[in-house]
Amino acid sequence: MQLNDFLKHTSEWLKGTGPNSDIVISSRIRLARNLDKLSFPHWANKTQAVQALNTVIDGVSKVNYLKGSTVFKLADMDGVDKQLLVERHLMSLEHAQKTENKALIVDSEEIVAIMVNEEDHLRMQVMQSGFNLHEAWGIINGIDDSISKELNYAYLPDWGYLTACPTNTGTGMRGSVMLHLPALVMTRQIDRVLAAISKLSFTTRGLYGEGTQATGNFFQISNQVSLGHSEEEIIENINGIIRQIIDQENQAREVMVSRNRAILEDRINRSLGILKSARIISSQETTELLSMVRLGADLGMLKDIDRRRLNELFITTQPAHLQKLENKKLSTEDRDLKRAELIRSRLNL
Amino acid sequence: MICNLCGKNPATVHLTEIIDEQMNELHLCEECARKKSAAMEQQFGLSDLLAGMAKDETVAKDEENVTVKCPNCGLTYADFKKIGRLGCGECYNVFKKYLAPLLKRIHGSTQHMGKAPLKGAKISKKRADIQELRARLQKAVESEAYEEAARLRDQLKQLDNKKGINAAE
Repeated sequence: MQLNDFLKHTSEWLKGTGPNSDIVISSRIRLARNLDKLSFPHWANKTQAVQALNTVIDGVSKVNYLKGSTVFKLADMDGVDKQLLVERHLMSLEHAQKTENKALIVDSEEIVAIMVNEEDHLRMQVMQSGFNLHEAWGIINGIDDSISKELNYAYLPDWGYLTACPTNTGTGMRGSVMLHLPALVMTRQIDRVLAAISKLSFTTRGLYGEGTQATGNFFQISNQVSLGHSEEEIIENINGIIRQIIDQENQAREVMVSRNRAILEDRINRSLGILKSARIISSQETTELLSMVRLGADLGMLKDIDRRRLNELFITTQPAHLQKLENKKLSTEDRDLKRAELIRSRLNL
Repeated sequence: MICNLCGKNPATVHLTEIIDEQMNELHLCEECARKKSAAMEQQFGLSDLLAGMAKDETVAKDEENVTVKCPNCGLTYADFKKIGRLGCGECYNVFKKYLAPLLKRIHGSTQHMGKAPLKGAKISKKRADIQELRARLQKAVESEAYEEAARLRDQLKQLDNKKGINAAE
């Protein structure tokens, strides 16, 4: 698969299908694994880093499920191309920055992505639309089993999978659920909810993972503890928390609709109005307005909005996607113009 | 809006700070924000946090931790305290004495209960014991044998408090 082929289809996490997809955007499971005996990427010398890279690529290529995957060697890639992969949530920002001896392996459906030589030798993830951690776990568990027949993982029976950072030791698993919580934000309850989550050893992050701010009412919630519980138990714990947050968001939506319907309809329709007519628009403003329009569609206040088209705009309006679509480098000002043009053409059909 | 810190310049940076679960909104001018962010960087950062936790666990008089070096990758415990990352899988064996209390603090447990790779690794005895006790505890609770349940819970707690791997050493 070529990089440009990505532009032709919607990322799994934006399909807008799956359970509770009015509130839950996507579910993701990632596993951290390392090769036995070899130094972890941050501590490896050049020879060891090359050895790890080749060993992983070679081992993964023997796994049936991953036949036909694309291997991107990051050092050979252009900045915009790397950013495109970050925008599609296939790899971390950190992975795109220091690129020597790093790779990304992506299957043709864009469901499985494996970062090689990020913080650990392997960081593999599976993404599913909607509230679907169990299915994501089923897929990645099978892939991990197959890879473990090809590669020798660093593992101790008592401490599980050994990772560069002790916060990942054990299962090496992080389950994350991306939520769209506009009503909790607008009713100013979100801080209370997030504070409660952090008390229960869960973390909240923004749209693009570690170190990013929550924008456009999107929040990513994941487990912190990876040792002492089985993968299924950890997933059940996350699911329990997420179910409660979904209930709270639904209640907040009901309250807003029953008490402040006019104000809500006004905000939603104004947001759509701006998107349909703006000539210059930033990426952040786009995300915020799209969030309101999405809420309008979820609440049935906007009837003629195609959810999938809306979801696609979240990603095609990002800087690298815009530049790939235009097939040239664009300055920030040019991007803001092109972005507005793209949105108008998609929403004024 | 005027800067909350110096009270002179207009506030252009808006910041949310969480201390002891209390959220604070700060509105700062550029200069104060820069000072504040430098101070925050000194305070935070995951490696500092981990290194800080690791330091608490190792008694200062224990000089061993300065000289212990992983024979496989060359990382010393002092390196780990500085960067907050281990050097290779072997480090976990070499530094297990120091890592066990650290893992306990981070995760609340030192016993892996998850899956194992298909080749090589096997389930440890301690884990099998924990699993058996948990199953018996559940049965006891279901059949309302609360005295038995309390006894099993104590046993589980005891097992879980045994430090790290190869606790019998």
